[in-house]
Amino acid sequence: MHPAVRRLERFLTRNIDGTLLGIVLALLAVGVVVLVSASNLNAARVTGQLANMLIALAVLWLFANIPPHYLMRLALPLYVVGLCLLVAVALFGEVAHGARRWLDLGVTRIQPSEFMKIAVPLALAWYFDRHEKTLRLYNYGVAVAMLLIPVALIARQPDLGTAVLITAAGFFVLFLAGLSWRIIAAVGIACAAALPFVWSALRDYQRQRILTLFDPSQDPLGTGYHTIQSMIAVGSGGWFGKGWLNGSQTHLDFIPERTTDFVFAVFAEEFGLLGCLVLLGLFLAAISRSMLITANAPTLFARLLCGAITLTFFTYAFVNMGMVSGILPVVGVPLPFLSYGGTALVSICLGFGILMSINSHKKLVQT
Amino acid sequence: MPSELSINPGIELRNAELELHHFQMRLAIAAGFVLLAFLLLAGRFFYLQVVRHGELYTLAEANRIAIVPVVPNRGVIVDRNGVLLAHDYSAYTLEVQPDRIANLERVIDELATVVEITPRDRRRFRRLLEESKSIGTLPIRTRLSDEEIARFAAVRYRFPGVEINARLFRQYPQGEMFSHVVGHIGRINQREVERLQANGLWANYRGTDYIGKTGLEHQYESTLHGTTGVEEVEVDSGGRPVRTLSRTPPVSGNNLVLNLDARLQEVAYEAFSENRGALVAIDPATGGILAFVSKPGFDPNLFVDGIDSQNWNELNTSPEKPLVNRALSGTYPPGSTFKPYMALAALAYGKRTPQQTINDPGYFMFGGHQFRDSHAGGHGIVDMHKSIVKSSDTYYYMLANDLGIDAIARFMAQFGFGAPTGIDLAGEATGILPSQEWKMRRFNQKWYAGETISIGIGQGYNAYTPLQLAQAVAMLANGGTAYRPQLVSAVEDHRTRDRAPVEPHQLRTLNLKREHLAVVRDALVGVNKEGTAARSFANAPYASAGKTGTAQVIGIKQGEKYVESRVQEELRDHSLFIAYAPAENPRIALAVIVENAGFGARAAAPLARKVIDYYLLGKVPARERRAGNDDASSG
Repeated sequence: MHPAVRRLERFLTRNIDGTLLGIVLALLAVGVVVLVSASNLNAARVTGQLANMLIALAVLWLFANIPPHYLMRLALPLYVVGLCLLVAVALFGEVAHGARRWLDLGVTRIQPSEFMKIAVPLALAWYFDRHEKTLRLYNYGVAVAMLLIPVALIARQPDLGTAVLITAAGFFVLFLAGLSWRIIAAVGIACAAALPFVWSALRDYQRQRILTLFDPSQDPLGTGYHTIQSMIAVGSGGWFGKGWLNGSQTHLDFIPERTTDFVFAVFAEEFGLLGCLVLLGLFLAAISRSMLITANAPTLFARLLCGAITLTFFTYAFVNMGMVSGILPVVGVPLPFLSYGGTALVSICLGFGILMSINSHKKLVQT
Repeated sequence: MPSELSINPGIELRNAELELHHFQMRLAIAAGFVLLAFLLLAGRFFYLQVVRHGELYTLAEANRIAIVPVVPNRGVIVDRNGVLLAHDYSAYTLEVQPDRIANLERVIDELATVVEITPRDRRRFRRLLEESKSIGTLPIRTRLSDEEIARFAAVRYRFPGVEINARLFRQYPQGEMFSHVVGHIGRINQREVERLQANGLWANYRGTDYIGKTGLEHQYESTLHGTTGVEEVEVDSGGRPVRTLSRTPPVSGNNLVLNLDARLQEVAYEAFSENRGALVAIDPATGGILAFVSKPGFDPNLFVDGIDSQNWNELNTSPEKPLVNRALSGTYPPGSTFKPYMALAALAYGKRTPQQTINDPGYFMFGGHQFRDSHAGGHGIVDMHKSIVKSSDTYYYMLANDLGIDAIARFMAQFGFGAPTGIDLAGEATGILPSQEWKMRRFNQKWYAGETISIGIGQGYNAYTPLQLAQAVAMLANGGTAYRPQLVSAVEDHRTRDRAPVEPHQLRTLNLKREHLAVVRDALVGVNKEGTAARSFANAPYASAGKTGTAQVIGIKQGEKYVESRVQEELRDHSLFIAYAPAENPRIALAVIVENAGFGARAAAPLARKVIDYYLLGKVPARERRAGNDDASSG
């Protein structure tokens, strides 16, 4: 092999974890196969998503090559900028589909809540790392405040799905940082007690989604329609599925949002229980590999960040498949690697990039 | 590991190790939670994809496949010469699914910016909406132009629940002329749905929006409707068909061929000019109805896709009552057209001989009450022939008194007076053939002998439909056989065009003596030759028989004189005429009533002449405004 090629190969793969990349590529391949069917062989959609994947892989590579201590330095500024953007959205944001989520920067429109999915766990990990030696209850209180301020801003946009994901990510950091079980139990009880108040603060459509979760048939043409149709799609797949491109629920347009949030229904209808278990296995493999990286991460910052990224990834997958199969309410959470759309794909690959970076830079830190 | 490290103590390292240990514990708990969650998902997938697979698979198939009824073509209705009286044409309609639209008014306003929607369309739509209350689509606009279809197609995405459909529409090319015979169809209402369900016919009406409401469309609904076909189609979530999986074609309804002659009907209808009234013409040899007019009629096309309230109110409240089928359900005193049957009764019961005469001084005294003859001063010496030709009232006052009410009722019942004829049309009135028993039943009163007197000249309680009068005169024409009046002569198979004729149905034959019948028939010929209708039938190239009649609408008090000009139009006498021709071998028998038009000879007889002229000679009358004719002093 030519030395230049060898150097290039070394440059490209230096900080890449082969196992994790293999799993990611396998999931992306499944995503392309499903999208071809879900989009009804729409070439523009498929090539669009292929472009998104290339960008996401580039981002993955880029972040895999950013040493963790740079990230650590960036944590607080990113968080502050994100918070400012969220406040700006609340004040000047654009309304689309009844929610104020977008900020028009003149050249492009951005959705700061998406950005906070990484910025919040990053900032919390930085905060705990900084106070590692002197962790007291007070520090946990500050961390909770750091978490709840952006979550509150996002929830009132309203964007329930993102708020849930960021809360989960923040909670994972707190949990892994050693938040005492007593406090977890106490907060759990307090939350249960607060439920009636939360309920009264929810928007009508949010309540409706929760209500129809318990009884989708209550509103078969309204909010229950999505759940009923996706459950029919999943169930009609049987053991082995109807075969690729053969899902009637998919191709006759009965599955709503079938390329995005409900793409799993397409997959389940066409590939059956067998396909679903294979997919669960792939997700589990990605999570296992990530947890192994997390367990071996050198610093508290690295551990907490890796743990939060891993568990947020899990939350995406679990909430999405739970909602499509009818055990969780319909919240706008995409299925990692399978749902059409660039933003989620990039932010997930960014997370895996950070994981790889931490994995490959640990020796550097230790020595 | 911790035990290994404890050999080499160092506070910081030890702390770090402890922390790492704590962290890894927490991570292990998280990993356990992840596993649990994925197991829960796997269990859920198993439950849906294996346990409930059968049920959900069926639901998916039910989603996918829609059973779509294919509506059969409705049979057409033609006259005896094949002239179309009712048929279907195809047109595009703009239809709305009310249950899929939240704000109907706003959507209709928006639609009005794309296609023209008139206030009439809106009124009609509101009426449909109130009536139907059912699921399904309702037309807001019919007969869209190609340009309107294109305009709507471009903005269709803005109107969920609104679509364009090709539909067959019923059309009645002859308009109001046949409105009371052919009737019309209309949208199926809730009561009809229930009736169809009760009769087990509802399945055959899936997809059908219309049903016969009146006339032949109603009477022959099962013949005309046909059998609904079925198509299995794959549909998408919007219900739009993607492809057809299987198809059972519908069987079109069969066609009706009528005994009616459309041109004869037109001649008769036109002959009424501005007058109200009815005419029924029958083929005396079969009972087939040749013309069946009730004037005024209405445009049945207004009813097909739902009549709007303005037109409905106009028709419903019009003093001319265009919605009443006068020929079928209007009952009128027969006036002097009753006399030939009275004469036959007198002969049959032996109360008179043809030669027996009476003196007619212009009135008949009974119980201190004077029954006046409409001909002032009377007709002098009158025998049976003259009593009919000149229409002497006094002769029949006396005769009625001699026969008695029950003998009259018994005899008249044989001619079908006061009983439904059994014509193939719903809604027939019974009429009133008075008798002692009838009065007891109706008023719980006994009959007074004085009431019999005016029965003899077709007044009093007498009330018959024009159809009954026509059937009775057809029996005089054919020698005493009652046929069931029949509008439909044959049912034609829609495909093979084979015709299944409806055979004449003989109801009964009267046992009349030939010489008795001859006396009356001679007298009826005399009426048209030298009697009350002589001027109307002057110069006719055929011999005909007829009898004029005048039916009082109001009673005239003792000692008063009826002066037409002093009486409000709607209280003026009705003009009647019964006739058949040719006298020897009758081919047509008819009864005419012209409401509030005075003497029978003046309005009804000339009208009958035009109809018979056309039927026997093919002569189309010149369209004159009014047939002013005053050739008799008595009706």
